[in-house]
Amino acid sequence: MSVNKVYNRIESITGNVITVRASGVKYKELAQINTRFGKSLAQVNKIEGDIVSLQVFAGGQGVSTGDEVRFLGHEMRVSFSDDLLGRIFNGSGEPRDKGPALTENLKPIGGPSVNPTKRILANRMLRTNIPMIDMFNTLVVSQKLPIFSISGEPYNQLLARIAMQAEADVIVLGGMGLKYDDFLYFKDALSKGGALSKTVMFIHTASDPTVECMMIPDMVLAIAEQFALQNKDVLVLLTDMTNYADAMKEIAITQEQVPSNRGYPGDLYSQLAARYEKAVDFADSGSVTVLAVTTMPGDDVTHPVPDNTGYITEGQYYLKGGRIEPFGSLSRLKQNVNGKTRKDHRALMDAMIRLYSSYKETLEKKNMGFSMSRWDEKLLKYGNLFETRMMSLSVNLSLEEALDLGWKILADCFEKDETGIKSNLTDEFWPEG
Amino acid sequence: MTDNKGKVVSINGNLVSVQFEGNVSMNEICYVYAGETALKSEVIRIRGDIAQVQVYEMTDGIKCGDPVEFTGDMLSADLGPGLLGQVYDGLQNPLPILAEQAGWFLERGIYADGLNTEKKWEFTPTAKVGDTVRAGEYIGTVPEGPFTHKIFVPFNLLGSYTVKSIVEKGEYTVKETVAVITDERGREIPVSMSFKWPVKRAVKCYSERLAPVETMETKVRLIDSFFPVAKGGTYCTPGPFGAGKTVLQHTTSKYADVDIVIIAACGERAGEVVETLTEFPELIDPKTGRSLMERTIIICNTSSMPVASREASVYTSVTLAEYYRQMGLHVLLLADSTSRWAQALREMSGRLEEIPGEEAFPAYLESYIAAFYERAGYVRLPDGSTGSVTIGGTVSPAGGNFEEPVTQATLKVVGAFHGLSRERSDARKYPAIDPLISWSKYTSVIDNEKLDFCKGILHQGDEIGSMMKVIGEEGTTLLDYITYLKSEMLDAVYLQQNSFDLVEANCSKERQRYVTDKLVHVLGSNYNLASKDDARGFFNRMRQKFIDWNYAEFESADFKKAESDIDELYLHGEGKLSAQAEKLLKGGE
Repeated sequence: MSVNKVYNRIESITGNVITVRASGVKYKELAQINTRFGKSLAQVNKIEGDIVSLQVFAGGQGVSTGDEVRFLGHEMRVSFSDDLLGRIFNGSGEPRDKGPALTENLKPIGGPSVNPTKRILANRMLRTNIPMIDMFNTLVVSQKLPIFSISGEPYNQLLARIAMQAEADVIVLGGMGLKYDDFLYFKDALSKGGALSKTVMFIHTASDPTVECMMIPDMVLAIAEQFALQNKDVLVLLTDMTNYADAMKEIAITQEQVPSNRGYPGDLYSQLAARYEKAVDFADSGSVTVLAVTTMPGDDVTHPVPDNTGYITEGQYYLKGGRIEPFGSLSRLKQNVNGKTRKDHRALMDAMIRLYSSYKETLEKKNMGFSMSRWDEKLLKYGNLFETRMMSLSVNLSLEEALDLGWKILADCFEKDETGIKSNLTDEFWPEG
Repeated sequence: MTDNKGKVVSINGNLVSVQFEGNVSMNEICYVYAGETALKSEVIRIRGDIAQVQVYEMTDGIKCGDPVEFTGDMLSADLGPGLLGQVYDGLQNPLPILAEQAGWFLERGIYADGLNTEKKWEFTPTAKVGDTVRAGEYIGTVPEGPFTHKIFVPFNLLGSYTVKSIVEKGEYTVKETVAVITDERGREIPVSMSFKWPVKRAVKCYSERLAPVETMETKVRLIDSFFPVAKGGTYCTPGPFGAGKTVLQHTTSKYADVDIVIIAACGERAGEVVETLTEFPELIDPKTGRSLMERTIIICNTSSMPVASREASVYTSVTLAEYYRQMGLHVLLLADSTSRWAQALREMSGRLEEIPGEEAFPAYLESYIAAFYERAGYVRLPDGSTGSVTIGGTVSPAGGNFEEPVTQATLKVVGAFHGLSRERSDARKYPAIDPLISWSKYTSVIDNEKLDFCKGILHQGDEIGSMMKVIGEEGTTLLDYITYLKSEMLDAVYLQQNSFDLVEANCSKERQRYVTDKLVHVLGSNYNLASKDDARGFFNRMRQKFIDWNYAEFESADFKKAESDIDELYLHGEGKLSAQAEKLLKGGE
């Protein structure tokens, strides 16, 4: 074994990838490279005879052919303990806050997939106190859901709110290509909201090297998996997976891989799926739930990143105009849980969505200048109330409060029999007066 | 295992190049050692003394110079009693056994036998000493769940053989010798209840291949009546994400009129397999009265499992299907999704640095897809009985656009196309098969002329509908508007079907014929309707009555009551049967 064997000659430097002549090097092994700007990690990603290619975490800029490369004899690992809670790290696993580096109990990242026979059917609701989620597209423990969004939407604010309010034991946040002010916002919001002590953050900002961006999801998910195996319900928040895919694209092109669709590598689906499938509910242990922001370039859902994501995940939240859209959004697992919350949940959800869809049609008619009937007027009033009191992202209500509010909105606008809800439910839940 | 050895000279993802001595064959299995762990791999290209192998596991930790052992065998499936009810990965490792050995995760380098080698099966010999036998003929039987499992002369034995000895009826394991046969030169070959077959080769031990003419009932009206599938035929289901491909296959796997269902979960979500695993043991197969799991095999290589074994999983699945077909059984193979399989081919092709075709898929994509679907078929077996393998594959086209290589290559070779559309699934119309673009070359369970009549109404309704978007309801004539309402009603009460309701989901062909006749009657009649409001009201009521009828058990009292409600409403609307419909209905009697 060539542990700590040192090489002083770099054969080639292309983008973030360097090659050295070395022997006894293992595939995916880490190396440390000393450049004039300091030390950086590098990972083996191809071996051809004695030519070893490495991707340099800090990037290829300023790397000299005479720089020293030292192989470390192990793969990328991350330290796991309760000391992680409240801490912030970068894509190389080094502290981003002022705390000490953690080196104990190192766990490999990007580990094998869970045996499907060891999974259990997702059947527990994960409360967020956001009515558009809890009531209309319930999030389920161990679900994997992207938040489809266009640039400029408040998706990071939404994630921060979910982090603060969600019923999870541990939150692991992964930032990829995050703007520095968004990073500060997360730090600030979580410490003000009191959730920092149960949160671990791995942050790659837009100005950090690309290779580090690619490490973030694996680090985050390795940590989440370890907490889950300690019987914790873990919520993983990732933002933004499109940046992650773009980092993969950059590296693949640098290494002259044949691109498949709009420049993305052919294994984009497998790479994304390997990460999302880390969402799991372990039989007799904890769980990992994944919410991941996926920005859609040009609001185009057929772009390769949201498209492949849609095939992998169990639905999506569609953030548009600062609200979670009830029509584009879908939680495929909601029917596993919303039948056992409160008996009016499903019926009220269906009725409110149906009426909201009628409101949208009426709004269209109104905009085209048609005259409004009495029924149209009722729908307009309803749509307005629904949007301001229910859909607005600032609304913060428990599921039960949201259901009660739903009945109140209906009663403000309609007669019982106009709602299309079965009469045994309206008899019981219709607000008096 | 041969003595042939090699050593690793390069590593790129799961593609490893090996320098070898002696002879190596294409698609041969070898083991690459990463330290102590032997990783199963397959030779996919040979150049000089370098073999390029795809490793069925993650390749982390392999280094140049690591030893490689060649086995001399191709990737094979274990065939024998005990396959039914199993949950395998793409290489036929039983997942529950792997869980016992490795715990939560699929640790690499751990493999298990595809068949339980300790379980004893009750073998009844059917061949006698002195009988002449050939590959694919059987020498005995074993009861397996509801089926009589035939014990074959292994498919790979060429020529004819004489039975030299055969054991008495009794209990044996799959590895024990149950018979000894001799070839023409007198060489003795022991035969046990199990043998291996290379998965990438089609099993051809049949007398002749017949045309697929018998309709395979799926109990989905839109499929059986409009776009049917035949036993031994092929069909594909492309659709964008969220259009309900998996739900449709799930429904089919429950209700299809076949003996055995093989579910190949190829590169899709693990959660969906967990759903099947949780649900199936609890469900009763109406044909046998036993658990649905006893007629099901699940081959599960979900999206996060290694890509190379995803490629192998479809071949493993179809081999098991062919094996049960050889027993005279009808087998349905559901592959979800063939696009993920094609992507696995694309990943390997990229690593091999082959010249890419469209969207970087390899140039041989079409021929591979064609070869896979060609393994379906309706065959006459050596003993005169018949068996079939039907293949249904989902396709996940990028962006939901059917003009992409996998969809197009698949459409060339299948016998039926069930195209799912985003518009229909957004409108919550399930199953979201678009009746205007789908097609089938197989025989419908209903009469062709009635089918054409119904399709005609759908097409007319669609045309009027698009026109109405431009000129508005006001500009449409009452007659056209009524046709439009009829097509909407046909869609709502016949094409759409609730797969979560037990009665509604399981619509037999007798019922489909009965309901179609009623529909032809109702849709083929003229009514006394004065205005569009009248017409809309009438057809809304009619639609509601039909939906109630759909939920009633066939030929039950509720069913008859709901039917008489329809008749009453028909009379109330002063329905008069048109000459065309009258002729159609007479022809059917």
